[in-house]
Amino acid sequence: MKKIITAFLLGFVPVLALASGGGVKLDKADIDLHDQDSLRRGAKLFVNYCLSCHSAAYMRYNRMGQDLGLTDAQVKENLMFAAEKVGETMTIAMPADDAKRWFGTKVPDLSVVARARGADWLYSYLRGFHLDSSRPWGVNNTVFKDVGMPHVLWELEGLKKPVYEVRKNHEGEEEKHIVGFETVQPGKLSSAEYDLAVRDLVNFMVYMGEPAKLVRYKIGVWVLLYLVILFVVAYALKKEYWKDVH
Amino acid sequence: MSKSQDFMAWIDARFPLTKMWEEHLSKYYAPKNFNFWYFFGSLALLVLVIQIVTGIFLTMNYKPDAALAFGSVEYIMRDVYGGWIIRYMHSTGASAFFIVVYLHMFRGLMYGSFKQPRELVWIFGMLIYLALMAEAFMGYLLPWGQMSYWGAQVIVNLFGAIPVIGEDLSIWIRGDYVISDATLNRFFAFHVIAVPLVLLALVVAHIIALHEVGSNNPDGVEIKKNKGPDGVPLDGIPFHPYYTVKDIVGVVVFLMFFAAVMFFYPEMGGYFLEHANFVPADPLKTPEHIAPVWYFTPFYTMLRAVPDPFLGVIAMGAGVVILFFLPWLDKNPIKSWRYRSALHKINLIFFAAVFIYLGYLGVNPPEPVLAEMGLRFSEVYFLFFFVLWFHSKPRSVGAAIGSLVVLIGLYSIYDIVRLNEANQSLVMTSWLIPSVYLAFMLLGTFTNLNQEKPVPERVTS
Repeated sequence: MKKIITAFLLGFVPVLALASGGGVKLDKADIDLHDQDSLRRGAKLFVNYCLSCHSAAYMRYNRMGQDLGLTDAQVKENLMFAAEKVGETMTIAMPADDAKRWFGTKVPDLSVVARARGADWLYSYLRGFHLDSSRPWGVNNTVFKDVGMPHVLWELEGLKKPVYEVRKNHEGEEEKHIVGFETVQPGKLSSAEYDLAVRDLVNFMVYMGEPAKLVRYKIGVWVLLYLVILFVVAYALKKEYWKDVH
Repeated sequence: MSKSQDFMAWIDARFPLTKMWEEHLSKYYAPKNFNFWYFFGSLALLVLVIQIVTGIFLTMNYKPDAALAFGSVEYIMRDVYGGWIIRYMHSTGASAFFIVVYLHMFRGLMYGSFKQPRELVWIFGMLIYLALMAEAFMGYLLPWGQMSYWGAQVIVNLFGAIPVIGEDLSIWIRGDYVISDATLNRFFAFHVIAVPLVLLALVVAHIIALHEVGSNNPDGVEIKKNKGPDGVPLDGIPFHPYYTVKDIVGVVVFLMFFAAVMFFYPEMGGYFLEHANFVPADPLKTPEHIAPVWYFTPFYTMLRAVPDPFLGVIAMGAGVVILFFLPWLDKNPIKSWRYRSALHKINLIFFAAVFIYLGYLGVNPPEPVLAEMGLRFSEVYFLFFFVLWFHSKPRSVGAAIGSLVVLIGLYSIYDIVRLNEANQSLVMTSWLIPSVYLAFMLLGTFTNLNQEKPVPERVTS
């Protein structure tokens, strides 16, 4: 009977980890799309560190500029390294086949990655790189195990190695668990600064996943207000017509 | 005669405009006691219009090509003016359609709207539901994301489970050995023209059939039995203007919910737009967990409840098809549950809860305990229809005990076959679910719970 009750309860828990959370505990990214400075810093990080291997083939430079309050000239000067015209999308020069050879897998386009993975996943993932000599690029990731991507932001974060603790699982086998990290080589940023930088980057990627999100809520409020007024009118009309129905 | 009367006379001599207006609106007499549940018919029509209009605009910008489809959806979301509004209206509309239709169908169950003389209204409605499922399924392939791709793969493979012809049939449906560009093209054709045409024709048939017999109402009393000297039903009021103005109120309230989802929760936590569908379709990479969109999941659970693929397909199909037979299963002369027994009310509410629970199970991975629940509640789903039939008229104690023994025996045989050391406690405790349900519903007919109430002559306000 207990099992049945548990099953009932389990059944009512919505699937939170529809994307590949894989049971890893994620940290809250706590982003703010209204923070335009954060979006701009994130954009800068994105074009400097991500946009050489990853494309964002559905995002246009000038659209980004408009949404982030930058002129085309500012975009060209500060954020455009791989394209000629501001109307272009964020494509990359790296041939896909070479990338597959170098990284062992296709390098995904990042236009809508925030919608597939979620902000918290990205935030945890970008902070989850640690040294692992068994991997081709010398790093592994706590959120995405054996990922093909190198730690691109290492010069900002520095390098850290995991501190393991051996625990027994419920079948009595010994398992290595990461309980903390130890800095091996410090980066340009402190740990707290790095977290903030990643937050900016994730903020930008969430924006990039759905630029309409910047206006969606505002328009939604007006639409709902309009409907409330319309409701009052419609309800009064109905009352008036139905006066003689008994 | 005034100019406009002249004009109408000119039209009416050539086309029955006034006649149709009167037949279907200004002199179509609907019962005056419609309640909340009667909004969902007109709302379904509204959603249909939303889907068609937004669909036209999406078609102008969408590219049915495996290499371009995913990108074209993103261009709609970014570069097309108002594109994201159109797309979110369409994606929210798909889910809204099913919510509205499920509530509309449950209304039919509550007030016996499927019963004589409205059997064909129900049948046409069920055909609309089938067409809607086909429409939604094929539409979901078009964004060409991972869930589009693998969801379609799983569903089309189901046809492969049919003996002998299955393999060829699924290749014929796909036009290829796997879901591919060819499949996308034909699904696009079906989604934008073939199925919508069928849908529209069926909606017309549904409404013509309804207006022929007249609407049912929450009391289940035929208003046509009490007519005034002018031949107008005493409890009837003209659909226009009374219900047109009332339905406008319903429409506005519905649009509030609709807009709230569209603008604030367009993904609805991954239920309306699945997260994995923002990854482009990749035939070489199977997602960890393939879940159909929520509106299919009750039937998906029935499919998974049966280990044999072909029998699973049969179970899933039967889950839908059995609804067609409702008018001939529930033959109780009392239409509305207001005057049916408490037992019947409990049965209907429990059925609705079971349907929702089956849906919940369908979005979850089939871990052992949940899979067992899926089987047990699928059993309850089908037993419900037997109970409906059983409650149609007074039955003897012998009939109740006889059917109880036979039905419990049927699934218990299967339980004995699958019993092993690992699952025995689970199987034996969960056995209680359908058994207690059935025993309560059959033996309850000999208690006060089976007391029916007298049906009034006229509708209560």
